[in-house]
Amino acid sequence: MNDTATGTAGQSPAVPTVEPILDVSGVTLQYKTKEHLITATYRVDFQVFQSDRFVLLGPSGCGKSTLLKGVAGYMRPVEGTMKLKGRVITEPGPDRVMVFQEFDQLLPWKTVKQNITFALMNGGKCSSKQEANDVAMEYISKVKLERFEDTYPHMLSGGMKQRVAIARGMAMEPDILLMDEPFAALDALTRRQMQEELLQLWDDTKFTVLFVTHSIEEAVIIGSRILILSPHPGQVKAELNAHQMGHGDVGDKDFAQLQEKIHAMIFADRVLEDETLPNG
Amino acid sequence: MADQSVTSSGIYVRSEFVNEIGVAGTGEVERRLSVFERITNIDPLRKFTILIIMVVVWELYARIGNINELMFPTFSATGAALVDALVNASLLVNVWNSLKLLLSGYAIGISIAAVLVILAVGSRIGSDLLTTLTAMLNPLPAIALLPMAMLWFGLGPGAIIFTLLHSIIWPVALNTHSGFQSVSETLRMVGGNYGLRGLKYIFKILVPAAFPAILTGLRIGWAYAWRTLIAAELVFGGQVVDTSGQLGAEGSTSGGLGWIIFENQMENQTPYVFAGLFMVILVGITIENGFFRNIEERTVRKWGMQKS
Repeated sequence: MNDTATGTAGQSPAVPTVEPILDVSGVTLQYKTKEHLITATYRVDFQVFQSDRFVLLGPSGCGKSTLLKGVAGYMRPVEGTMKLKGRVITEPGPDRVMVFQEFDQLLPWKTVKQNITFALMNGGKCSSKQEANDVAMEYISKVKLERFEDTYPHMLSGGMKQRVAIARGMAMEPDILLMDEPFAALDALTRRQMQEELLQLWDDTKFTVLFVTHSIEEAVIIGSRILILSPHPGQVKAELNAHQMGHGDVGDKDFAQLQEKIHAMIFADRVLEDETLPNG
Repeated sequence: MADQSVTSSGIYVRSEFVNEIGVAGTGEVERRLSVFERITNIDPLRKFTILIIMVVVWELYARIGNINELMFPTFSATGAALVDALVNASLLVNVWNSLKLLLSGYAIGISIAAVLVILAVGSRIGSDLLTTLTAMLNPLPAIALLPMAMLWFGLGPGAIIFTLLHSIIWPVALNTHSGFQSVSETLRMVGGNYGLRGLKYIFKILVPAAFPAILTGLRIGWAYAWRTLIAAELVFGGQVVDTSGQLGAEGSTSGGLGWIIFENQMENQTPYVFAGLFMVILVGITIENGFFRNIEERTVRKWGMQKS
């Protein structure tokens, strides 16, 4: 297991130079409430590469969801730049599809299949209905919802709705899939199942995903690389590797160690300043 | 190891067990309701019963009370008058005359409301304009504008349509706008994510997402307009509703439903006045249940946006 990365270069000598898919550098994001201007993140840097399962992890108030909204194009940074494949992000677009936590992200007036074809046609992915239908069916079967293709979202359970949202996101084959705590509103059993399914889907197509969560366990299971943010305002605390761990390792020693290490980092700000951490 | 014991902390420990499901049967899973329960669960049947009772009470009151037919005709006289007006007079033509005016007013009104709402979605000034206008004009009964409308547009369909517009635009615009405002942030972001902007975004995301509110606005607009129209026809005496814009000749059949009521009242034909009122109700119910109910069934209820 690699230790905390300290620079941009890896340790092995034969690292190929690859361009990042997503390059976030020096990004400060602010939003306004009725009375205050709040700085959500302060000069955050990170890079996401092809096929990364990149997790943004931190306590509430660390700006991880705001950061994701920034990447999605819903917010403009007041400082720094966000580039997707070299192009600066200025507005939302179908090259970065977002999967939300809320179950109401599916269009209630469209069936499961129509939800996906609507996205494909309007996102400019498919030009003909037939083509969109075929792609939609392919991804519906990937998330095992063939029996529900003509069902309206209100008839589906929470887990099924999230599966449709994931299928929709993947069907659009974006450069990067953005997931904002997609399993947080699910019950524990369904959540576990969904995490497993997501990893299986990743094995299948190796999509690049930027995943926001506040669960350390979920971060270690899902993530290949984990960015830890500190709260108020969000700043990069560390970037860790977790690519060798998945569901099968939940009880393992390495898994527990990594979890503990992250736990210590996140709660470090709450203990006395001079206390040394059992780090590494 | 004892099966049952009490620990030092007071917990009563029982033995564990695992059952095999399906061995002992499941008892009665489903049972048909009794005939009476099933019959009383039929919604239209219950309402129809109420109607029958009301008709009987009406008939008995008019007959036993020995009431002057000029004041309050019996149900049977009203029914006979209605049939007569439908068969021998041209009541359906009058209904159609009213509906024609209403439909053209409705179409124009909805278009104006749509423009106002699109402006309101697009800019803060548009939004301010719409909220100010609706706040000011919505409480004003449309029929109160009729005297001025007659002055501006003359005694003709123009004046009636102007008043109808007033009763349609504000409820439709108000409901649509507030419907748009309550569309969830998530759905808005989803729409933006697909690259939808401007009018495409409004018609493909906001309109369907706000459809329950829009439908309510359309219904209220319709109901207001229908009442306003009948009232306006009554005030006019209906004769000017002639499509040629000329004052109708004596006994002209070109008036609307309101005119029929007015005319029959003038001639002391009370059963026919009642028949006219009956027709007003009938048309209202038909549009409400036949048209709006149908749209609701096929849209917001099917989509689960409104409970049935």
